[in-house]
Amino acid sequence: MVALYGMVRPRVPGGPTGGACRFAVGKCDGIKSVGSATAEPFKARRWSTARVPAFAATALPFIVVGALWEIVAHLEIFPTRLFPPLEAMASALLRLTLSGVLPHHAADTVLRLASGFALAAVIGVITGIAMGRWRLAEDLVLPLVSMGAPIPGVAYAPLFLLWFGLGNVSTILLVGFVSAFPIILNTWTGVKAVKDVWVRAALAMGADDRRMFHKVILPGALPHILTGLRLGLAQAWRILIGVEMLAAVPWGLGWMIFGAREFLNTDVMLAGVLVIGVIGLGLEKLVFKRLEDFTVVRWGMMT
Amino acid sequence: MSTPAERIRSLRRLATSLLLAALLYEGLARSGAFASALLPTLATVARALIDGVLDGTLLAHAVATLYRVLTGLALAVGIGLPLGILMGRYRPVEGFFLPLASALMPIPSLAWVPLFILWFGLGNATAIGIVCYAAIFPMLINAWSGVRAINPLWLRVGSAMGAGERTLFWKVIVPGAFPFLVAGLRQAFLRAWIAVVGAEMLAASDWGLGWVIFDAKEFLKADVMLAALAVIGFIGFAFERLVFGALERVTVERWGMVRAGKG
Repeated sequence: MVALYGMVRPRVPGGPTGGACRFAVGKCDGIKSVGSATAEPFKARRWSTARVPAFAATALPFIVVGALWEIVAHLEIFPTRLFPPLEAMASALLRLTLSGVLPHHAADTVLRLASGFALAAVIGVITGIAMGRWRLAEDLVLPLVSMGAPIPGVAYAPLFLLWFGLGNVSTILLVGFVSAFPIILNTWTGVKAVKDVWVRAALAMGADDRRMFHKVILPGALPHILTGLRLGLAQAWRILIGVEMLAAVPWGLGWMIFGAREFLNTDVMLAGVLVIGVIGLGLEKLVFKRLEDFTVVRWGMMT
Repeated sequence: MSTPAERIRSLRRLATSLLLAALLYEGLARSGAFASALLPTLATVARALIDGVLDGTLLAHAVATLYRVLTGLALAVGIGLPLGILMGRYRPVEGFFLPLASALMPIPSLAWVPLFILWFGLGNATAIGIVCYAAIFPMLINAWSGVRAINPLWLRVGSAMGAGERTLFWKVIVPGAFPFLVAGLRQAFLRAWIAVVGAEMLAASDWGLGWVIFDAKEFLKADVMLAALAVIGFIGFAFERLVFGALERVTVERWGMVRAGKG
């Protein structure tokens, strides 16, 4: 039972106790395997049977909700056009994927996200490091950033559309603008949080500016920078779908579901929402987990 | 943080940087490089703001937006808080709802707007639904992890001294999880505030600050847009600093839990 919940638990992205809970799970597993270390075949069987219920436990809630959805849809309590059964959604998904429409929408959305986010990452990290290192930059930029950060990014959307026109330029600039705030703030905090002792030790051992930056400041601030990038990406993703609906871009998932509303294509909309969820989950799990493992964990900044 | 010298320095740098930014903007606006309808001078924006506040329209819009955001937030707290606490206390509840929450969380709330418009029509119901969706996950996850983060020793001490489930809940679990609950509420408000503006733009319904901005775009009234933006920023800032700051001071710091919450 312990192993079963241990498999489910680390799936939560971004919970404040993520680290602690991973540690607790490891501890539980350790205790179990010590107990069964003498009986090697028994241990192997325990693992293989524990894995199946873990998967079943994750799948069960989805099966229950899916079955409820099916029942409500087939009883036709709501009009079928507004509340389609799951098989209609699946067939819409299949149809759009095979005809290449859905991949095109998804590719454009991801491309926009990547360009906006790349813009924000470069500008945000540079600004944040400058603010952390030079007092003048901090004095000038920090008040503006902390005033701009709480204003919801979508609120700027019409202004950007007015200034830069409908379409890609506005969308990418707005996504970059919005996701730059958490990146700047976290990078700044990270540089500030580098231990003074490390800086002084490096200085005493004769590190020049360049080596200091590469060997001390950057690795020291990296956990914070990665947090900032992660938050920035999440914010960019949250805003991008909305902006695509407003900016009338020719392709993109946001536009696809907004356009489908005009024709009451609820199945297409649900398929679009599903793809959006999958991309969002993929961003969190694949991109940042990997990056973190490659850099921060390897350098021993985080366990 | 709060020594007088530090406070003066922070005030001075705030003034300097705002003044510089304002000068830069004003110079750009007056240079005539851009149409004045697109880049109005600060005086025009200020006049639009004052006019809007004096004739009450901007206030009415703000009230409409606040009504939506607070109703949605209340719904989200009403569902998310008990569910999160139950998830933290009982494993079967956690096993059932956690996968669902993890699957729904990465979907941006604005992606549901077109669907909600079809289901609930244009107007308040859609906006409130979107706000509730946006706010519920931070609340849920923080309540859940707050309850789980309670030192098990406290629970065992409580039971050893004869506390029932009810006493345990009010005397140990609620105070212990409180920093997380406040953090969750704060995060939920920020998300809700973003969602309400977006929902108002897309599900236009004649009232609301998001709708003002979107509507002003049609008439090229950049001054009204900037004025509404200022009001949005001000309300968000006021909530963040006054409401949540006060909440944290009154409850968490007095109970001496703030260190645990930030750690």
